[in-house]
Order: sequence, then structure tokens, then C-alpha cells
Amino acid sequence: MQRLRAKLAPYFLILPGGLWLAIFFIIPTVTMLSFSLMTGNEADGYQLTWHFQNYTDALSTYWPQFLRSLEYGAAATILGIALSYPIAYWIAFKGGKRKSTYLFLVLLPFFVSFVLRTISWQFFLSDNGLLLSPLKSMGLVSQDFHILQTTVAVVLGLTYNYLPFIVLPLYVALERVDPRVVEASSDLYAGRIATFTKVIFPLSLPGVFAGVIMNFVPAASDYVNAEILGGPNNTMIGSIIQDQALHVRDYPTATALSTVLMGGLLVGIFLYARALGTEDVLEAAAR
Amino acid sequence: MSTLTPQAPVKAQKPRGKLGDRLLFGYTWAVIIWLCLPIGVMILFGFNDYHGKYNTQWHGFTLKWYQHAFALPEVNNAMKASLIIAVISTVLATALGTLIGLALGRYRFKGQGFTNLVQFAAISSPEIVMGMSLLAFFVQLGFPLGYVTIIIAHVMFSLSFVAVTVRSRVLTLDRSVEEAAKDLGAGGWTTFRLVTLPMIMPGVTAGALLSFAISIDDFVVTNFTAGTVTTFPVDIYGLQGRGGIPAQVNVMGTFIFVGGLLLAAINALASRRRDA
Repeated sequence: MQRLRAKLAPYFLILPGGLWLAIFFIIPTVTMLSFSLMTGNEADGYQLTWHFQNYTDALSTYWPQFLRSLEYGAAATILGIALSYPIAYWIAFKGGKRKSTYLFLVLLPFFVSFVLRTISWQFFLSDNGLLLSPLKSMGLVSQDFHILQTTVAVVLGLTYNYLPFIVLPLYVALERVDPRVVEASSDLYAGRIATFTKVIFPLSLPGVFAGVIMNFVPAASDYVNAEILGGPNNTMIGSIIQDQALHVRDYPTATALSTVLMGGLLVGIFLYARALGTEDVLEAAAR
Repeated sequence: MSTLTPQAPVKAQKPRGKLGDRLLFGYTWAVIIWLCLPIGVMILFGFNDYHGKYNTQWHGFTLKWYQHAFALPEVNNAMKASLIIAVISTVLATALGTLIGLALGRYRFKGQGFTNLVQFAAISSPEIVMGMSLLAFFVQLGFPLGYVTIIIAHVMFSLSFVAVTVRSRVLTLDRSVEEAAKDLGAGGWTTFRLVTLPMIMPGVTAGALLSFAISIDDFVVTNFTAGTVTTFPVDIYGLQGRGGIPAQVNVMGTFIFVGGLLLAAINALASRRRDA
């Protein structure tokens, strides 16, 4: 009896939260998939007709926005890795006692609402804002120079908003590098550069991989940055999905688009999960 | 043997290393300043003495927006909705997530890998996909959108964060303390209440703070599941679309920022005292 209870205990603990995830995460995902193959409208209801044309219609209309989302997401991720690696390296190896203080500072933006942070960038970068108006009055840039409503503004916004998501997993990976291994490398006459390229960097690759996924997924599916910092030529796929779902209320098209987005991103996550194992990333995400 | 000691190159390398360190140090601070720049802008424009609709250009210092911080009913109501939703969903997510975290940290059982996978998916799933699937789900059921649906969504995406935080705390615990409690005659519930819970408390509070922060900040999923309810981020997004952010929004953003810092500081101090 005691044994049976001990055996069942974890299931009892998991039951309430597990049910919540099953009903409000797994089932809705299935609903989204089935909705994307339906026909109908709000007044008459929807029928599952296996209407795969929803996909071809949606993709043929909106492929430029899909492509753009992937491009912007990739650009923000590459920039993010390049910007974050030195910081994560410095905190992990030279942070000493202040490691957690530096990590806290990197996370500080999360204490301000994401939408508000992006709007602050808009204030800062606006045509007569804090950055451009002094430059313009000094004559350093021309009067009609602008940053908002450009691809640069959107990619910078995406890079900015998701940078901490890269720093954290990179830091976790670099922190785990055993200093004795680094020492051994220099004892074996490897220079600083060789030590980095042959020892430290390969050991930090799981962190790079995790950082790429954790940055690329939200950046490619983001649309707030594009709407606030970008112009009409910077629309990302998220805007289209939101518009189709909340304004046009064409649920089959909206669900088809988000299914394609999810499918594309899932491929990346599976690659990741294979290479690293899920438990590590959960830990990285929790810090 | 002695000819092999490479004295000279080591000496030559040291100063270069220090210069590199100093560059990295400066670079790290430069990026931290970049990360904090929008926070500064937000706080600054809460003190901007502007007139009319557009609070985008600096006109001079004023405290009037702090005097009239709650003068806009629309913003107040949005803030109230955000707080109600954050409190309720944090309580629920913390309770459910703590139980899962205990199970994952303590036991080896069949289905553990699957539980981890589902949680990983819930954490890393793009917000727009979650929002879209929940909307499709509620539309299909004919369930009216509002507070209930927002809270359902918030509990769903924050409970995994709590579970992960609690799990990593549970993994560091010494099980013999609980066994000692049982040997001394404490029942299962008593042991949990008096021994286990206090030990995992830092993980639980960290998870609760995290889920509160995620809830109060969430825009995308909320926007899909809100119906006519307007939370603070949804309201800001709407105001932005209508052309102007009133300074009261900056003031409240500053309040949230300072409140968050205070909570984080209290939590850090409390856990330091506990560990000492």
C-alpha cells in the first residue's frame, strides 16, 4: 500500500497542472490545426472539410511577409549572438563575485512592459527625438534623415528586445566550462586565441544553439516591433495573423498561417532538443 | 627539462590579456547602457512638460503628470485589470507549477520525459501561436472572451516557469531532513508543511514573481483572448495606434518598474537571510 502510494505520488502532483496544460495548451493546438482545414463563416458556423486550399491561398498571398519574418528573425538572431557572446563570456569568466549583479542588469529591461519599451525606442529614434534632433541641429545628418519606418529600426528593435534571451543560455554554457580545462589548454602551449577557438567556443556551443532558438522563435513571430518601429513595408506575418483573427475574423486563414509558422519553428526546436536534451533548456529558461 | 619552461611568452601575454579584459568590461557596460536606455527614456518622458497629444519631444521638466497620475480613467481601468489578472493567475500558476516542480525534482517516473517536453513546448512556443490556438479553441466552444479566458491563458503559460524554478530548488535539497521528520513521527502533510515547503520556498517565491512579471507584461496572448477587456499593455498598444501615449502611461510604467525592483530586492534579501 505504502509502495503503491509512493509510486502514484508524482502523478497526483502532476495531475492538476497537467490537466490545465492538456486542456488549454495541447487541445487548443489541435483545435488550431483542425480549424485551418475548415470552411464556413461566423454566422453559419464552420465545418471540417479538409480544405487544404486554406494553406495554398494563405501562403500564396502572404509569402512575402513570411519570408520577411524569417529574414528579420535571422538578422536579429545573428546580431544578437555577436553582441551577446562577449558579454556572456566576460560575466562568466571575469564577473567574479558580481556575476549575479551583471546578470540582473542584463535582465533589467524585463521590469518594463515590452510594448512600452518598444514605444520608448520609438520616442528615442523619432524624427525630432532625443537622438536625431541634436544630430540634425549640429548638421551631422540631413534634415530628412530618419530611422523609424525602416528595416534597420525593426531589426534593431527585435535585437534589443530579445537580447537577454541569448545572453542567459550563453552564460549558462560558459559558466559550466571547467577552468581546469582552460588551464590545461594553456599548459599545453595553446595561445589565448587557440584556447578560445579550440576549447572554450566548442564547449559553449550548446549555449549558442539554445540562444539561437530562444531568440529566433520569438523574434520571427513578433509583430509589435514591426508595427511600432517599422513602416508599411516592414509588415511581419504576426500582424497578418492578428489582423485575420481579430479584425477580419477569417479564422481558417489565420489558423492556417499560424500553423505554418509553428511548423517552421518546430523543425528548429526539434533539432535543438535532439542536440541538447530538453532538461538543460528548461533550466536555462528558468534562470 | 628546465629549457622547456616558457617564461618569456607568458610574460608577454599578460598585459595584453588585461587590455582585452578592460575592453570587454567597457563593452559589457556599453551594452548594459543600451539595454537600459529605453527605461531611461520612459522615466524621463513621465516628467516631460508637453502640451497637446504628442509626448515625443522634450519640452522641459514638470511633476504635473505625477500629480495627475490617475487622471485618465481608461489607463486606470487597464492597470486595474492587469493587476487583478496578474494576482489571480499568479496564485493559480504557483500552486499548480509547484506541484509539478515537486514531482519532477523528487521522483523518477514514467511519463517524466513527456512532461518535460510539454513544458518545454509551453515555454518556447511562440506567443502568437498560443494566442491563435486559444482563440480558435474558445471560438469553437462558443466560450465568451474576457477575464476568465485571459486568466486561463496566463496560468497556462506561466505554470511551467514556476515548475522549472521549483524543480531546480528541489534538486538541491537534502532528502534526509524529510526522512528525519518522518522518523520523528511527523505525518506526510505535516512533513510537507513544516519541512518541505519552507525549504522549497525560495523557488516558489521566485516562480511566483516570475509568473506575476510575465502576466502583467503579456501583450500578444492577452490581445487574442481578451475580447473587450483591456489590460495595461493592450491599452498602450491601442493608444499607440491612435497616435499618442499620454504621460500617465510613462508614470505608471515607472511605478511598475520601481515596484518590480523593490520586489526583486526584497526577495534577494530574504533568500540571503535564509541561506545565512
